[in-house]
Amino acid sequence: MSDARNSILTRLRATRDAHPPTPPASDFAPIEAKQWAAEERLPRIRRLMEAVHTEFLDATKADWPQVLREFLAREGVGSLLYAPGTEAGKQLVEGGERGPIPTLIPYDRPLEDLKPQLFETIEAGLTTTRGAIAETGSLILWPTAEEPRTLSLIPHIHIALLRTDALYDTFLQAMREQGWAQAMPTNALLVSGPSKTADIEQTLAYGVHGPKRLVVLVIHQ
Amino acid sequence: MDGNAPDFAAASRAALADPQLRGNFRRAMDGLMTKRAAQFPDAGEWHGVRALAAAVRLRALSKLPELLETLEENCTRNGITVHWAATTEEANAIALDILHKANAKLVVKGKSMVTEEMHLNAVLEKDGIEVLESDLGEYIVQLDGTMPAHIIMPAIHLNTKQIAHLFKRKIKDAESREDAAYLTDLARRVLRAKFQAADVGMSGVNAAVAETGTLCLIENEGNGRMCTTVPPVHIAFMGLEKVVEKLEDVPPVISLLPRSATGQPITTYVNMISGPRKDGEKDGPREVHLVILDNGRSSIYADPELRDTLRCIRCGACMNHCPVYTKVGGHAYEAPYPGPIGKILVPQIEGLEKRGAMPHACTMCNACVEICPVKIPIVEIMGRLRVEAVKPGGAVKDGGAKASRKESMVWSGWAAMNASPTAYRLATMAMSRLGNAAPSSLPMLKEWTNVRTKPRFAGRTLHDLARAKGIPDV
Amino acid sequence: MSTIPKPHRVYYFGTCLVDLFFPDAGMAGIELLQSQGLTVVFPQGQSCCGQPAYNSGYRADALKVARAQLDLFPGDDPIVVPSGSCAGMMKKHWPDLFRGEPDEAKAVQVAGRVWELTQFLVHVLDVRLTDQGEPVRVTWHASCHAQREMGVVEEPKALLRQLANVELVELKREKECCGFGGTFAVRHPEISAAMVGDKVADIEDTGAARVVSGDCGCLLNIGGALEAGAKAAHGQHIAQFLKERIHGR
Repeated sequence: MSDARNSILTRLRATRDAHPPTPPASDFAPIEAKQWAAEERLPRIRRLMEAVHTEFLDATKADWPQVLREFLAREGVGSLLYAPGTEAGKQLVEGGERGPIPTLIPYDRPLEDLKPQLFETIEAGLTTTRGAIAETGSLILWPTAEEPRTLSLIPHIHIALLRTDALYDTFLQAMREQGWAQAMPTNALLVSGPSKTADIEQTLAYGVHGPKRLVVLVIHQ
Repeated sequence: MDGNAPDFAAASRAALADPQLRGNFRRAMDGLMTKRAAQFPDAGEWHGVRALAAAVRLRALSKLPELLETLEENCTRNGITVHWAATTEEANAIALDILHKANAKLVVKGKSMVTEEMHLNAVLEKDGIEVLESDLGEYIVQLDGTMPAHIIMPAIHLNTKQIAHLFKRKIKDAESREDAAYLTDLARRVLRAKFQAADVGMSGVNAAVAETGTLCLIENEGNGRMCTTVPPVHIAFMGLEKVVEKLEDVPPVISLLPRSATGQPITTYVNMISGPRKDGEKDGPREVHLVILDNGRSSIYADPELRDTLRCIRCGACMNHCPVYTKVGGHAYEAPYPGPIGKILVPQIEGLEKRGAMPHACTMCNACVEICPVKIPIVEIMGRLRVEAVKPGGAVKDGGAKASRKESMVWSGWAAMNASPTAYRLATMAMSRLGNAAPSSLPMLKEWTNVRTKPRFAGRTLHDLARAKGIPDV
Repeated sequence: MSTIPKPHRVYYFGTCLVDLFFPDAGMAGIELLQSQGLTVVFPQGQSCCGQPAYNSGYRADALKVARAQLDLFPGDDPIVVPSGSCAGMMKKHWPDLFRGEPDEAKAVQVAGRVWELTQFLVHVLDVRLTDQGEPVRVTWHASCHAQREMGVVEEPKALLRQLANVELVELKREKECCGFGGTFAVRHPEISAAMVGDKVADIEDTGAARVVSGDCGCLLNIGGALEAGAKAAHGQHIAQFLKERIHGR
């Protein structure tokens, strides 16, 4: 279909050059102006995300595996999929021996070999985040070879670790400071709550295709 | 879509006669307008971000051919296969070819207006491929055998009771429960099995970033992520106008789209895809294809005034605020894009022979223009299309298709009367004295007096009164 | 909004609908301006702003009619129009209509002097109204073009609120079009009927005895529908309403 390509591009170029538009300058100041004090960011994120049924747990760098295990026990969650190659994955396995132990399932093979389990039995998935955004109450997810995309998508409960030293004001600020444009991963995501829909008569319902529950485990620095 | 021209007047009559439908739309649109307004409490913020979003779109359009080439180059470098289609037929052929090569039997789809434009589902089904819409609203509409009634909320025309009945009829083991949570869960069970089994996932694109070769998709349900992550092949479809220059251009668009569309600060998921599964990665499709569709867009682009149509980011807010759409609903337009944006986009794509009536289904109230997040001069374009419809040989497909000798003579006569003070004076004198004797059965008066009394001529014009009162003339 | 010093003299463009159907409202507008000490000039050669043809796709015919008005307003005096829609046509669309024409500069100059009546009363004349009328409840219908082309939203309501015995109850959907839309009302009579039906219901909910508006297209539509439905409320142009109130009628 290269014919289509060339004819489309030739036509666009010719007609554009016949009437060259002069777009106004792109002034990003209205977005750059959106700022919150450091201590306001987490409460704002929490408020916005809780408004769409996100749950929050508080922990420290040392005790989060323990807090997580207690949560899973409390909620009767029997299986947790995790990324064994990440620091967090290692800490999860090592830490919290004192707590009750759910079945920890390492995501250590291709999706194709894990599909039935993922769709049918695994209850929860654990991921890290690359921070969160105060303006909209959004987590930044950055799946990698170690931490696959479906970890945060298919299990009914998605648990995300959020470090309090990676809170941004806006999406724009996050992508600038983290240099996204220079190295986009296969998939980058903003996640602002559990899966939801209002397609039936504008009535909000949670858990339509993606996770039914989103639990943010805040690791206070 | 072929065959006779759609009859908006007849279809809207049917819609108006359905009190259930009228109630559903009135309620839904009132709610959406209120929710949108609540997202923009700060007028300064709205004006600033709106100006930025419009500038981003205008800049993209100003460099459209170059950005499409850059997009292709960067997507290709990222491992995405880029295809170009001049027509919907070509786009369908590309899709079928990919599906055949993948030996696909089951396709799951996320929301994509471009594939509605292509009537892709019908093409696939004819080829024996099962295709399942997975956005809950689209799934409902597909089960019902109809078209989306709104570009963002496809099943907005139905209420819970109607959907419960539909599910009961169409889904095995469905209980008859008029409960949105139950119905949602039911759809979850049906569709999860399909995501797991699908050979190919399809999606639209909200914005394609030339700089990085990234496809951005926004959604609330997670079905878009399912379609673009789980099946081994992902095909994304975009209209050629959907490109933006830089990654930084995405935040302004994302900032306004969900707020304008549904009154939420952001969608649950903002999904940015920059390639298929890389070596060592454990999931994601092995192949990602991007189909770039023209289908008349390059003709729209050719005209500097009509070009602004292509700024659209498909938020649907113009529908929510359109008093005509609110009355008749989306199906009356019998078009992939209803409401104000549909009234300017569809006639340009499909031509004025078939769609010349659409730009007249508008009171030019400008409610859409007031809230459009990228400042599309919708009503100006509407006016321009009215000109093109009666002017042969213009810039739009089938220009002049609605030209009528009779109508043109009426306007010539009107102009002659209003351009000459003497003629105007004589004519208004005659109307003032005799106009009230006109029978209500006359054309136009008949339509008018259906629900209104006849306009009453005053007997003496303002010209007469001003003269009588000695109001100076110069 | 930006304003200008109070002039001694203004032009009045009455509009064709006022001319034929609401001449008393037109006269009331003139008298309101005169009551503020202005000389009001009504050029007898005027007819129509050209909007009907312009919005129907017949731009050449619209241009012919608009051009016939251009020479009626020499000088710099403001041009006051008792209609948001016609004012919007002149102010906003004449520059487009005349683009590239030999008289473009003149059209732009004239367009720049156009004011909608209530806008002029509030921003230029800063009028103070004394209510002489009996207590009455009214509601305000905002015409689409007054709001969205001329930016007239609060001005008419501010004038109504100056009247001590007038209770203004706002419509629930004040900003929603009444369904007139020029030829729309006869091209799509059923949709237009549904729209004016919603508007009438909204008016009835306010319990107002009158719906006041600044545009005669809307008034023909809404007033005609109120009358046909034998509703208690009736429509009135704001110029006439204000004039009656300050004269105690």
